[in-house]
Order: sequence, then C-alpha cells, then structure tokens
Amino acid sequence: MMLPASLDEAVAALSAMPAAVPVAGGTDLMAAVNKGQLRPAGLVGLGRINETRGWQYQDGNALLGAGLTHARMGRPDFAALIPALAASARAAGPPQIRNAGTLGGNIVTASPTGDTLPVLAALEAELLISGPTGTREIPVSHLLAGREILGPGELIGFVRVPLLHAPQVFLKATGRTGPGRATASVAVVLDPARRGVRCAVGAIAPMPLRPLEAERWIASLIDWDGERGLAAEALTAFGEYVAAACIPDPVAADGQEPPALPPAVLHLRRTVAALARRALGRALS
Amino acid sequence: MSNDAATATMAVDGPQQEPSAHGLGASLPAADARAKTEGTFPYASDLWAEGLLWAAILRSPHPHARIVSVDTTAATEMPGVRAVVMHADVPGDPAYGRTVADRPVFATDLVRHHGEAIAAVAADHPDTARLAAAAIAVEYEVLDPVTDPEKAFAAEPLHPDGNLIRHIPLRYGDPDATGDVVVEGLYRIGRQDPAPIGAEAGLAVPRPDGGVEIYTASTDPHTDRDLAAACFGLAPEQVKVVVTGVPGATGDRDDPGFQIPLGLLALRTGCPVKLAATREESFLGHAHRHPTLLRYRHHADAEGRLVKVEAQILLDAGAYADASSESLAAAVAFACGPYVVPHAFVEGWAVRTNNPPSGHVRGEGAMQVCAAYETQMDKLAAKLGLEPTDIRMRNVLATGDLLPTGQTVTCPAPVAELLTAVRDFPLPSLPKDAPEDDWLLPGGPEGAGEPGAVRRGVGYALGMVHMLGAEGTDEVSTATVKVQDGVATVICAAVDTGQGFATLARQIVQETLGIDEVHVASVDTDQPPAGPATHGRHTWVSGGAVERAAKMVRTQLLQPLAHKFGMSTELLQITDGKITSYDGVLSTTVTEAMDGKELWATAQCRPHPTEPLDDAGQGDAFVGLAFCAIRAVVDVDIELGSVRVVEMAVAQDVGRILNPAQLATRIEAGVTQGVGAALTENLRTARGMIRHPDFTGYALPTSLDAPDIRIVKLLEERDVVAPFGAKAASAVPVVTSPAAVASAVRAATGRPVNRLPIRPQAAVAAPNAT
Repeated sequence: MMLPASLDEAVAALSAMPAAVPVAGGTDLMAAVNKGQLRPAGLVGLGRINETRGWQYQDGNALLGAGLTHARMGRPDFAALIPALAASARAAGPPQIRNAGTLGGNIVTASPTGDTLPVLAALEAELLISGPTGTREIPVSHLLAGREILGPGELIGFVRVPLLHAPQVFLKATGRTGPGRATASVAVVLDPARRGVRCAVGAIAPMPLRPLEAERWIASLIDWDGERGLAAEALTAFGEYVAAACIPDPVAADGQEPPALPPAVLHLRRTVAALARRALGRALS
Repeated sequence: MSNDAATATMAVDGPQQEPSAHGLGASLPAADARAKTEGTFPYASDLWAEGLLWAAILRSPHPHARIVSVDTTAATEMPGVRAVVMHADVPGDPAYGRTVADRPVFATDLVRHHGEAIAAVAADHPDTARLAAAAIAVEYEVLDPVTDPEKAFAAEPLHPDGNLIRHIPLRYGDPDATGDVVVEGLYRIGRQDPAPIGAEAGLAVPRPDGGVEIYTASTDPHTDRDLAAACFGLAPEQVKVVVTGVPGATGDRDDPGFQIPLGLLALRTGCPVKLAATREESFLGHAHRHPTLLRYRHHADAEGRLVKVEAQILLDAGAYADASSESLAAAVAFACGPYVVPHAFVEGWAVRTNNPPSGHVRGEGAMQVCAAYETQMDKLAAKLGLEPTDIRMRNVLATGDLLPTGQTVTCPAPVAELLTAVRDFPLPSLPKDAPEDDWLLPGGPEGAGEPGAVRRGVGYALGMVHMLGAEGTDEVSTATVKVQDGVATVICAAVDTGQGFATLARQIVQETLGIDEVHVASVDTDQPPAGPATHGRHTWVSGGAVERAAKMVRTQLLQPLAHKFGMSTELLQITDGKITSYDGVLSTTVTEAMDGKELWATAQCRPHPTEPLDDAGQGDAFVGLAFCAIRAVVDVDIELGSVRVVEMAVAQDVGRILNPAQLATRIEAGVTQGVGAALTENLRTARGMIRHPDFTGYALPTSLDAPDIRIVKLLEERDVVAPFGAKAASAVPVVTSPAAVASAVRAATGRPVNRLPIRPQAAVAAPNAT
C-alpha cells in the first residue's frame, strides 16, 4: 500500500508497480476484495492527494477533483453550481457510502447503476487523465462506452463540467424508500446559451443512454427567450419519445408480427417515460 | 427563583430516584443491551482459541447435478491445510434432519440445491481455507433442476423419500354447499430470507475425552447437539453445544449444516476450528420462508357471511423436509383465517424441488395463507358492495367457535375487538391537511416521487398464528433457580434469541422471590433441555418452568420461618430483600433467613398435549392461538409503482403484558419484517440459482421504509392455560402485515395485487383508473 501525496506521485507509483490498483473511497473495490473476487498485488491509496478533493473554476467550467466525495458534492454550495450532480450524489447510497465514495471512483467503476454517470453524460463532461506521458482529455462517454480505456499508470485527475447557470434535474426510481440501486434514472440539463436540452437515462443499459433526437425535438419547442414552459402534452410526448428511444420496440422478423415486450420491460419503459416527463417539467417550471 | 431551580433539579433527578423497574409488567431493560449497543458484546464470530484453525465449506455451484468425481489432492497438499473432509469422512449417520434425517452432511453422489455442502477444509488461515476449498476439483454431471413446485409431483424423484413431503386434505362440512356469491383467486408468495444481521459463525473445540464442544448461536441447542452427535458417531453427552449471543434470529439459525462440518474438522485435526460464514454463504446455507402458490374459492351468502372456503396450497420446500411438515399444517389449519367457516375443503402439499431450502421462519405457513384469505375477503366485500371491515366483522372468530380442523377455540379470541380498535383509530393526516409536516414521498427523500401522482390507500387484515409446537410435539421445558447470598440465578437452556427470555426470567424471579438481583446463566447442553426458541414457546413453557422453580425455592426459604411462627408460607411475603408476615409482626431479611444456605430447585413445565392432524386434516393440533388486526395506510406513486407504507395501526391479542417496552419492540420488529415481505424481500432465483445473495440485491426495509407503527390496542385477556396468561407476540404481526399492505395498495391502485412482494409493475394504476 502506497500513499502518494500528489497526482504526479500517484502516477509514478502506479507506473513503478503496474500490478497495483489505485483505491480512493474503496466502496466498490474493497467489497470486491472482501468477496474474494479481487486480489490486488498492491494498492495505491489516493486519499492523501489534496489537489483532487475540491474544485476550481476555469473558463466558464468547473474543474472537479476526482477525489470529491458524494457527501461533499451533495452540499448546498456545490448544488448551487451543478444541481443535478449534487442531486445524484445525494441519492447515491447510505451516508457511509457517500462519505467515502468519490466522483472518480463512480466513473471508473462504471457500474450501470452509478448515480452520477447519467448526469455527467448529460453535461458532456470531459475527463482529465493524468498518466506517465502527461495529461490527456477524453469525453466521459468514451470511457463509459469503452471506446477509450485508462492505460497503465493512468488516473482520472479531474472532471471538467460546464457551468450552465440553468435548471438541472436528476430523478431516480428505486425499489424502496431507503437508499437503493436505481431501477432507472434520468438527468435533464438545460443549456440556454446553446438553446439545448440534454438528457441521459441511467441504469437501464451498461452505460447512460442519450436520446439525441428527443433532445433536439423538445429544444425546438421551447421558447428560450420567454417563459420556457411547455404544455403537459409536450412533456408527456417527450417522456414517451425518450423511453421509446432507450427501450425500442422489438423488430419484427420478416412478415411476422413484432414480438411484444415482456411486462417487466414495459414497466421499465413506462418508468423512464414518467421520469423524463417529470424531470423536464421540473427543469422548466 | 431558588424555588424554580429546586423544582427543575427534582424533575431531572426524579426518574433516577425511582426504584429500579422490577417484576412482571415492568419495562426492565435487557441486561446485555448496553454491551450490544456499544459493540463490546462477544458474538460467536468474535471468539478465539489458542492455535485455532479456520474452516471453509465448498458449496455446489449447481442446483441439481450428479457428482462424478471429487479430487481433494490439490487442496490437501496446499501448505497450511490441516484437514479436508467430505461425505466418506462422516463417522456416524451420513444424514440429519429435524423431522426426518433426509439431508446429507455432505452431498454424496447427488447435489440437490445451489449451495449444498460438498466438502469442508480446515487451515491455519481463513484465506488458505477458502483457497483450498476452491482447489477441490469436483466433476459434475449437470442435471435439469426441478424449480417449479407444480411440476415436482410428476418429476423424477429428487430424493429416495420421493418428492411429496406431506399432503393434508382437510375436509370439514358439506362439499356440496354453495353460496350466493363466489370469488376466486390465484396467489403467489415469494421467498423471504430470515436475513440475520450477524451471519452464521461458530467455534468447535475438541475435548480430551474424544468429544467436542461447539460454541455457536444455536436457537435449539439440544436438538442441534443430538443431530451433530449422531453424525459424529458419538454419544450425545460427548458433544456440548454452548450458545453464544444470538445476532438476530427469526428462524432456526446456525443450524447443523454449519455445526456438523465444524465439529468434524475439530475432531479430525484435534485443534479448535472456527467458521465465520460470508454473507453469500449465509444466504446459500440457511433455510428460507416457503415460496407458496395458493388457489382459493370463497362462497358467501348475500349478507356476506362465509359459506364455504375451498383452497389448494402448495409449499415449495426446497430439497429437504426440514420443518415443512409443520409449516404445511399451519398453512392448512389457518387457510380460512380467524373467521367462522361452516364448510372448508383445503388441500395442502409440501413438495421437494431444487430451489433453495425452506424451513422455519417465524409465522411460517400462516403468513402465506393470510395474504391470500385476506385478499379473498376484500374481493368478497367488493362484489357485495360492503365495507372491508364490515364483511370481516360479520365473520370473525370468537372463543368457542370451531376451526376447520375441528378444534374448538378455547383460548381468548377477541378478534372483533381488535378489528374495532384499528377501524376506529383516527387516520393519519393527508399532506394537504398538514402541509407543514415533511411529507416523505414514495421513492424517498431524493427520489422521483411527484405529489400529483401519489394516491393513498387504506387496507385491513386479520391474522392468526399458533403458539408452541403443534401436532403432538412434547413441548417440555426445565429450569433451575438457585438463591445464595441474596442473589438469584436462573439456569435454563432457553435461548434468548432477541425475544427477551433472559429479561423475562429475571422479572419472573423478582416477582416470585422478591429478590431484585437475578442473573441468568448462559445456555449450554449440559443443562436440561428447554426446546427450540420458536413459536413464542419460551415465554410459555420456559417462563412457566422458571416460575415453578422460583416458587419451590420460595417455599424452601419460608417453610422454616412459617413453621417457627405457626403460620402458612402464604401469609409471608418477600419485598426488597425483606420477609414480612401479613400482620407485620414478623420481619426479617432474606439473608438472615437463608442463614448462609444455598437453595436450589428445578421444575418442569409441560403444556396440555396436542394431537396430529388426521387423514381429513382434523384434530386438536394446537396448544394456543394468537390474533392480530392491522390497518395499513400506504402512499403509492401510481405511475412508477413505488409504494411507501405511511402507517401501520396494530391491535393485538397479547393475553397479558409482561414487559411493555419489550413487547412494543417485538411488535414493531414483526411489522417491519412483514412490510419487507410485502414490498421488497424476495430472494430471487433463476433455474434454481440464487441470483443476488447480498444485501444490495436482497432489499431489507431501512429506517426510511419502516412505517409509523401505532400500537392502537394491546388486548389483555389472560389465557388461563398459559403460565402467566401471556401470548406470543412476535409472529402474528409478521403474519398479518403483508396482507394489510397488499390490501392498502389494492385500495390505492385498483389493481388486484395477488403476488408478494408487490412488484412496482403491479402497483401502477390500471390504465382506465386514475
């Protein structure tokens, strides 16, 4: 177990011992170790790296440290900057998990039910990755989709998120009232400067899904210079558009009736539609 | 000013200066409550012995497979491994079981459920033991699992004993009777896990005489000892089970399936061996609540009086018999609920499948049927246009009525009073009436709930359970009370599983002997047996035995004094360590009367006998019954199908309140477990494989899911045959709550809700409803 004090030291430690695994909050990693699924040859603890535990402002963006805990992101000062990310952090697990689990950890674990992931996808966040050859930037969706992966000795240092100064909503459906894994989650982000609506649906696929056509369609209906409100029918149609895009109807084989979706999938689709409708309605109200 | 200050001080000091709570009816706290709260209480997983080895069990990854070969060479040769045992190494009986010995200690040639033990390893480090277990090479010929209990009847036998564990065809009354209205339903109840908060753990220590001592959180130590001894090929006296603190038990726990491999390894290595099950192993290894399929038809007359109930009940027992026979008896006998039914025809079956094993979880049998018969009552009410409470009130059972088993209800059965109490209790305010209150929406504080989509529903349920073992079980318990130097000690092998027996034993001795300092000895099998800690039996039989022993000690203590003063012992009383006569003439202290002597007495309590149900499901099978009425209030987000239980109003028939604080916690715990069974708790399987053996996949209720539990009424009508007139309190709220929640969700959504736990898609409002 090594405990570097800076990002550079951490990269050096990981490069020196490629078999070592970086650990921040440990809420996923240590559970896997305790279950016997993972036997890391060594650990590089990221808990002493102070530079990644806060955030800074940079050209209209926020540069979030990968070591920000969910508890920190849930606080009101952070919520004033990026409301949906704060809401997703507050919805993630019980307090013990939120106190330890970090933003960077949530991204690299890339669990389908990771609560911050749809928000980062909707915000089109960029990851600043520190490695032995310097820093590179990749969109968060590339990492989540597996289009790019972290190389040996690489770490997520920061997450760049645009400051949009507009309403954002994150909604999550779970099986119980207490903390639980999302059965479906939706993030809706308004971008008045670009006259855009961005939406991402989490927990129903291995990575957050973006219904791009539905986004463009609803953005074209919004009176961006006026009240921004939409009729209830438009909100409902948006919800159904999003749901149908994320959970498409099965394709019919040649000359046959298309098979019906199983009831559980139909319910999931209804859930996504309701979440998207509610999220957009709250963002526009 | 000074006066005010004095008053304030007195108010603060007041409660501390009161004499400490003692005797029956007082809220005596548990003696170990502080240590348990502070985390210093040693459970079995905290035990340690010099030179101990660690055990690991190799479990089957298949639900149904033939074992072609097992090669332990790699495991045996691993450095640090001290012993590997499998079926050939069991010196005594190769199989065990609480009712029939049908369950092998280690699978021999056939694996019958996912997680069945195949071999066990002892090594000097827990990781070595686990790795060695994984290194045992088993070649399986995977077979098709039988996972549908309906197909078990016709399937190839999974066991030499056949697939049908028990069939009870209950016939009561006239099969041709018909009613004016008929309602039918098909119901499915899921697999609830007892989910003890402390997973199974134990320490086995070999004895120089060739025997073994097993330290574990057993809830039935003498039965466990006898089963283990038979498998070890030892006499029962050579095996000693020492009960450690029980970290949560709502069923049988730390059962022989864990103890026997542990003891075998200790006997084999000659070293102490410890086993601490992982959470996954705990889910795989212990018994669950029976998943049940129920088909019902209720006939009623035009006024809503029940005419006939027809039912078919199918219990999925898993691969082994365990306690399924008793669960089935409860399910069949209580299939009509606490209602008067003139004609009843109930067929019950418990069958073997390759699903995870089922066994005793509190309220077993009775809980599954309650969810079904209460739904039928709601359906009848809807069909007849009656209020759900009215149709229930027209049919309630009372003392003197007959159960469909032909047994007369002789104990208090104040069902009508219980229903009236919950019906008349004011409903919780709606958020629009009290907008200043924080309204927790379904889905939780950061959830997606939207007030406009939330509907409130109110539902009622009545439930009943039996107390003590049924169908001729010998429910005896033995207890010893010792008094020395003004301190009393209770020795009784009744395990305090959290039901509070140790506290109750102290209260009984305080009440009878007037001695405040009472200790309860820890339990082991060198003490006389007290039986299993199930069905509220320790309050009854062990409590009764303690009271008798205490009374015998009292007589021994007072006899010489009474003789000296020429009066009977009844005219003397003991309070606060002083003995006084009725007229106050004689006064002496207990210490003086004891005169340095030690007083011992041992007594037994045995309730009146019961008989097995006969071929028509008839017989006086139960010692006593307990009843409960619950009104559930739920909020449902009818678009997402998320449900939050707002309030559960409980009225319960408790006989007599012995410890009010403890009683309230038992009812609250029971209701919460019932809410879990109603909404989230279902151990899911796919083709016999447990899918998520962890607390992320298996969602227990959290503090946010637990509703406001209002104990509206505790009806104290003493049961004259019970030693204190008290009834078991823990199980009946578990039985009744799921039915009440289902009824409330039905009222909120207009959906049928015929499956537990209620899945979100079943709680979405019907398309044509709003």
